[in-house]
Amino acid sequence: MSAPTAGDRGRELAERARDGDRRALARLLSEVENRSPAAEAALRTLYPLAGRAHLVGVTGAPGSGKSTLVAALVAEARAGGRPVAVLAVDPSSPITGGAILGDRVRMQAHAGDDDVFIRSMAARGHAGGLAGSTIAAAAVLDAAGFPLVFIETVGTGQSEVEVAAVADTTLVVQAPEMGDEVQAIKAGLLEVADIVVVNKSDRPGADRAAAQLRGMLTVGAQHDRAMGDRPRPKRPQVMLASALTGAGVAELLTALDRRAPATAARDGPDAAASAAAIRRADAQLAGILAQRLAEALREPARAAERERVLRALAGHELDPFAAADRLIALLTTPPTAGAAPGSGAAPPAQGAASEPAE
Amino acid sequence: MTDAPARPIKVLIAKPGLDGHDRGAKVLARGLRDEGFEVIYTGLRQTPDMVVSAALQEDVDVVGLSILSGAHMTLLPRICEGLRAKGLDDVLVTAGGIIPDDDIPALQQAGVSRVFGPGTTIREVADFIRANVRPREV
Repeated sequence: MSAPTAGDRGRELAERARDGDRRALARLLSEVENRSPAAEAALRTLYPLAGRAHLVGVTGAPGSGKSTLVAALVAEARAGGRPVAVLAVDPSSPITGGAILGDRVRMQAHAGDDDVFIRSMAARGHAGGLAGSTIAAAAVLDAAGFPLVFIETVGTGQSEVEVAAVADTTLVVQAPEMGDEVQAIKAGLLEVADIVVVNKSDRPGADRAAAQLRGMLTVGAQHDRAMGDRPRPKRPQVMLASALTGAGVAELLTALDRRAPATAARDGPDAAASAAAIRRADAQLAGILAQRLAEALREPARAAERERVLRALAGHELDPFAAADRLIALLTTPPTAGAAPGSGAAPPAQGAASEPAE
Repeated sequence: MTDAPARPIKVLIAKPGLDGHDRGAKVLARGLRDEGFEVIYTGLRQTPDMVVSAALQEDVDVVGLSILSGAHMTLLPRICEGLRAKGLDDVLVTAGGIIPDDDIPALQQAGVSRVFGPGTTIREVADFIRANVRPREV
């Protein structure tokens, strides 16, 4: 075979990205966003190299100053000589699929610095504050040698907590005018924060907001002990910063650095996988299984039956659980001889079929 | 139609130089969003380096440059050169704003595919991009 395959192209991009070719890195991230066959080959090549970076999730309401604060943290990390990458997610239109990716507006100070790599991502219909391919994109940046990767979510409300499953450390950015103490005790976003930063600390009301957050979020040690091993929300550190004046930014970066997890890739094979790494692996696997499953069901040999099941479900002739069982049974039937080899149909078929037996 | 979902076209909208406002660029960015494009918006007062670096990192298909200040004959060729120097010669470059007709041939010579003057509709821009965006071999 002389013509390079998608796999060859993916592996070549992966090697060039690993060796510091920023253009190849950018191209590879597009492949990852498009979930192309080349991306799969590249990710297989790069995965063993990833697991070194500290992935810091940055989330908060629209306009709370996430991008500006990330830019300030990037500058601080660069002052210390560290390469930094940023993945900045903005929403896609549910109507046209288009998007305005505007986070770069606040992050243009490092043009020409090869050790700062900023990439915008459209959410492309993925709910939860990230794009479907954010974990894979972060792994690529990690493998390309960035020890610190900021993952900035879309502007979030109260419950887009997916970033906490993806990042090692979750930073929630609050503006001073966040509301009263009742907002601080609501379930959701504030429960998953490792650090809550009241940004725009130069504005009036910031100290009071921080005091209210501290008062409500950091109390309860006695109750924590009483809860024993039951899952419980984190007790976040509450900090103040101003991306505008720079106050508190160095302290914030230090606090983030202190939370960098031990990793096998960085600290040797004895370092246990962190809880964050396991959560991330779980989320990644769930995503790939869902994709493989969808691909397997789109195989020509199965597509017609899938369509019949779908219509029966829509017509209320089948209930949704029976429909799912029918599709799982369908997956255990091998696809016809005409199906492409190595299409990935077999592994999800086995995985899915084993579930009902348990 | 193939089975593969259409990849959204990625467009960088940038304003090089010292323009005082970016209303037109924002209206265009928003219009292209409505046309289904992913638009990276970088705002006012961009240097050529910033534009080239953003185009590279974002792996865009199109760079749309808006300029009102009169510095287009200096800044636009510099951006085109910068893109070529980074190997981004398959990126479509368009321009808009206040650019005299007499300057257009020289800008095209420098690598700007099309200059859109005042009165251009968003639809025209979108159609031009769809028809001229170069297929990517990656």
